Amino acid sequence: MVILIILVAIVAWVVFAYNRLVSLRNQVDNAWRQIDVQLKRRHDLIPNLVEAVKGYMQFERDTLTQVVEARAKAVSAPDQASRMAAENQITAGLGKLLAVMENYPQLKADENVLKLQEELTTTENQLAFARQAYNDVVLELNTRIQTFPSNIIANNFGFHPADYFKGAPEEQAVPKVDLSMTTPRA
Amino acid sequence: MASNFRALEATNRRETALLVAAFVLLFGALGLGLDFAARDFSLVNGQLVGFPVLMVAALLFAGVQSLVSYYSGASLVLLSVHARPLTADTAKHAMVLDVINEMAIAARMPPPKPYLIDDPSPNAFATGRDPAHSVICVTQGLVDQMDREEIQGVIGHEMSHVADYDIRTMMMIAVMVGGIAMLSDFVYRWMFFGGFGGRRSSNNDRDNQSAMLITLAVIILAAVAPLFSQLLAMAVSRQREYLADASSVEFTRNPRALLRALEHIAKIESPLKQGTAGTAHLFIVNPREGLRDDNDGFFANLLSTHPPLSKRIARLQALLGTASATTIGSAVAADS
Repeated sequence: MVILIILVAIVAWVVFAYNRLVSLRNQVDNAWRQIDVQLKRRHDLIPNLVEAVKGYMQFERDTLTQVVEARAKAVSAPDQASRMAAENQITAGLGKLLAVMENYPQLKADENVLKLQEELTTTENQLAFARQAYNDVVLELNTRIQTFPSNIIANNFGFHPADYFKGAPEEQAVPKVDLSMTTPRA
Repeated sequence: MASNFRALEATNRRETALLVAAFVLLFGALGLGLDFAARDFSLVNGQLVGFPVLMVAALLFAGVQSLVSYYSGASLVLLSVHARPLTADTAKHAMVLDVINEMAIAARMPPPKPYLIDDPSPNAFATGRDPAHSVICVTQGLVDQMDREEIQGVIGHEMSHVADYDIRTMMMIAVMVGGIAMLSDFVYRWMFFGGFGGRRSSNNDRDNQSAMLITLAVIILAAVAPLFSQLLAMAVSRQREYLADASSVEFTRNPRALLRALEHIAKIESPLKQGTAGTAHLFIVNPREGLRDDNDGFFANLLSTHPPLSKRIARLQALLGTASATTIGSAVAADS
């Protein structure tokens, strides 16, 4: 009888631990999709923005070109790592662009530019928050996979730790691409 | 962070269930007292005679009211403050919608439905039964007077109430405070305009005496219930505000955002026109005139739905001090 109760308790725990791991893995996938949505939205916004501001900002050609080239690289990237490197370049370029735009009072009068500026700002923010949310769930999942006793379940059912989304150029004093970045889960 | 919210969520679910149970029981007790007072249910020679109609009615009423407020409390609250859906009709409104989406992502929550109150006083609140059915409501004053960073701080505060189920507890309290005030009012009218007549008279002095005692108890209970429910609402609300302020900083990763917003509000005198006693505890700052001042001390604390603004600001300043030392990576926050 006692053995039976212990057996039932163990099975219940295995089911619970397994379901928790699956739920966390799904959360990681979902968080990654959130990032992807923002990256795509940003790709769509960049041509419009460049079109709208290039008339005003003749002196910022370099910044504009950097963003456009990084976007082209990101869209045609052969693998995840080079895509992320390009995306980080876009983040750096757009951050610079948004800051520089403050120096052009004419831009403030253009309703279309203001609208694009707000859309870009929110996309950048949502990207930053989505990346944070993604890294938070990855931390939760990886902790569960690596700690006892849930690691027993994780090892037997093939759960792998997820990679963090590294590379945050806006957090560095000088924006530069972190090439050592590992590939986030797709 | 996330596990933190889960613990708070569990506490809030439990507290809400207890509150609703207490609310229904209070109604039942008052109904039973009224039954004794009306003599339709009485103690005759140590035996209970009759059927407690009013108690059953009161229990039914409280039960139905709890259910209705659980499922449509948010709509009732929005109706009572004359809120309308917030749409991207102006650039600033579109920006507020963007900020709500940003904070929802930061909190890992579904985005709440956005609402607007046409009021020049800057304020905001969140309500709903759970994150999937939550709303965030801002005043036009908040939209007009605050920049992107400040609005982000305020929405982050509200999103924290959403994430840890404060919204459910606070919404149920809002409806219950109203329900108890109404019941208490009803008891008084009924007692003093016809309640004492009694349709059946008992010959037994002892039974009469106990009926009088019960009637007295009902009167006292009806008198103190509204006061206690108000005090409860205030106490429950106050302790949550510091926590939501701290979580807002966690979401925005920028202690300056909410700090600037609160400092801004502290300078403003005009009270919210739509703010009522029943909904005051829902807002980010107390909407009623004279209750926002920085009086400290036990009684000032007891009678306020929110901690003094100066204390909240001081705590955020302390956070800002530690943050600038360790350099929190902040998100792009372009001023509009």
